[in-house]
Amino acid sequence: MLDGRSQIRRKIGLRLWLSGGWLLILVLAAVFAPLLSPHGPLEQDLFLGRMPPFWVAGAEPGYYLGTDSLGRDVLTRIIYGARVALIVALVAGSITALVGSTLGLLAGYLRGWVDVVISRLIDIWMAFPPVLFSILLIAVLGPGLVSIIIAIVVIDWTRFARVVRAEAMAQGAMDYPASAQIAGRTRISTMIVEILPNVLPTIVVLLTLEMGIAVIVEAILSFVNLSISTDDPTWGGMISEGRTSIHQAWWIMVFPLITLFLTVLSFSQFGEGLKDRFDPVLR
Amino acid sequence: MQILRSLLFRLASTAVTLVGVAVIVFFVIRVVPGDPIAMMLPPGATDEDIARLTALYGLDKSIPEQFFIWAGGVLQGDFGTSITARRPVLDLVLGRLPATLELSIMALVIAVILGGVAALTGTRERGTKVEAGIDVANGMALSVPDFLWALILILLFGVAWPVFHISGRVTPSLDLPFVTNFYLFESLVRLRFDLWADIVSHMFMPALALAIPLAAIIGQLLKQSLKETMHLDYVTLARTKGYGENHVIIREALPNAILPTLTLVGVQFTFLIGGTVIIERLFSYEGLGNMAIDAVINRDLPLIQGIVILFAVLFTVVNLVVDLTYALLNPRLRNA
Repeated sequence: MLDGRSQIRRKIGLRLWLSGGWLLILVLAAVFAPLLSPHGPLEQDLFLGRMPPFWVAGAEPGYYLGTDSLGRDVLTRIIYGARVALIVALVAGSITALVGSTLGLLAGYLRGWVDVVISRLIDIWMAFPPVLFSILLIAVLGPGLVSIIIAIVVIDWTRFARVVRAEAMAQGAMDYPASAQIAGRTRISTMIVEILPNVLPTIVVLLTLEMGIAVIVEAILSFVNLSISTDDPTWGGMISEGRTSIHQAWWIMVFPLITLFLTVLSFSQFGEGLKDRFDPVLR
Repeated sequence: MQILRSLLFRLASTAVTLVGVAVIVFFVIRVVPGDPIAMMLPPGATDEDIARLTALYGLDKSIPEQFFIWAGGVLQGDFGTSITARRPVLDLVLGRLPATLELSIMALVIAVILGGVAALTGTRERGTKVEAGIDVANGMALSVPDFLWALILILLFGVAWPVFHISGRVTPSLDLPFVTNFYLFESLVRLRFDLWADIVSHMFMPALALAIPLAAIIGQLLKQSLKETMHLDYVTLARTKGYGENHVIIREALPNAILPTLTLVGVQFTFLIGGTVIIERLFSYEGLGNMAIDAVINRDLPLIQGIVILFAVLFTVVNLVVDLTYALLNPRLRNA
């Protein structure tokens, strides 16, 4: 039994290290993008269009992962694309967590009409197809980074609200919040000081998962061409451009796709790893 | 009696949800910048023309007024006229619905088969490398959404090793004898297996992309429930009676373990239907989702409204059916 537990713990550790490692590389790449990139993200050279990556015959030295149809360096654009992806992940993820968790806490702990209203809103939101809803919102808000972030918050707050509401409800039914109130705390202060810390691990896990989702939503919106302006490098935009020339130059689509895949996988595995780490049974 | 009352309650709350969806979508899309009327007219149209067309689509009235006119029409089955296609929205939407339904159901079937096989194999081979492998595959499949799986499948089986069609619903040069838009179903009924094979070859990649995450969820949860059931006394009894492992898992453990998975599949199926929007776009599959994105790009307000409402109805109906099935299948709820 003990042996099995330590084995599970080792597996969780490995998962956290691998996914955390990739995310750290991304953060560093995004922060130091101008230093790391061999070229400028918008630098074009029409004579160097669709150059293959370095190990393929005919590659142009200095363009390690090849160039796209306009002769822009794929590696550089992937590095700069990390900036957009991470900004969306961090900002959209955090605001979504804040809004959703607040509403979830209020609904789950205060109950009553607050719960009725918020739960009804969640029901209505769940009846929308999310991708269609986000495309619709971008059409309303206009393209741009801010619009993407708003769209993600508006659509995904229910992910937090649903789970946090259930958790807050379970915590609220225990004895300790009641004792806190007898000791003289108000309901709101009990909610923040007593309930919130116990729900926080769940919120952190959800936040990590949400960051991965935000990256995907950004990619989907770039793909449908509703994201930020097409000049700025985004992974989704690169994949979308690369798809049109996939038979002539596979690398334009494949490298951003691999990056996106690893990033989404890492966010999700990091979240799952954290969940297991927070799990008191395994600890 | 109790069940009837809770059913009525469910229906009422479903109605409230649908009205909420209708109100939100109606007001959101009316804030969309871009004048659909200006896009319809050729350059050089007079102000009079513009005014006439605006009045024709009722866009000259106030937004609340427009809403009540539209809602009144919807209650009589009239969803308005598409601005780009200039045909009734209901006809357009119902014409595309079969394509999306067939795709979703095919994806569901694939997910159930993949997930079921994974769970049963994992249970049979529990504690071995095979189970560990299935766990890793499940974890990967679950972490990555359908959009990325679709891109990967396009690369693998559309480009690198082109064995499946990755664009459209059916080869355009084929002569289609169909009277309904349920191509997959109708080709079977007509025993046109040549057409059926062509349609399946078009549908398989998008359906698989939609199915992979759901298959992982099914695989994980069903395996978990099976594992718990395998420890129960009646399963041990079956084993002491001399039944083989396969019989014990499938005939004894499975019927008791399947209930939680069934509920989850229902909820997840609505997510899968929502996923068809972008997947249809990726595969140029002529379904509802693809039409929806075009409608947003063309600012076709009545069409957007119609599609979103139809999706919402689809979601709520699926949820309702799942709850009812659950109540019927779970003996503890049958008399409650």
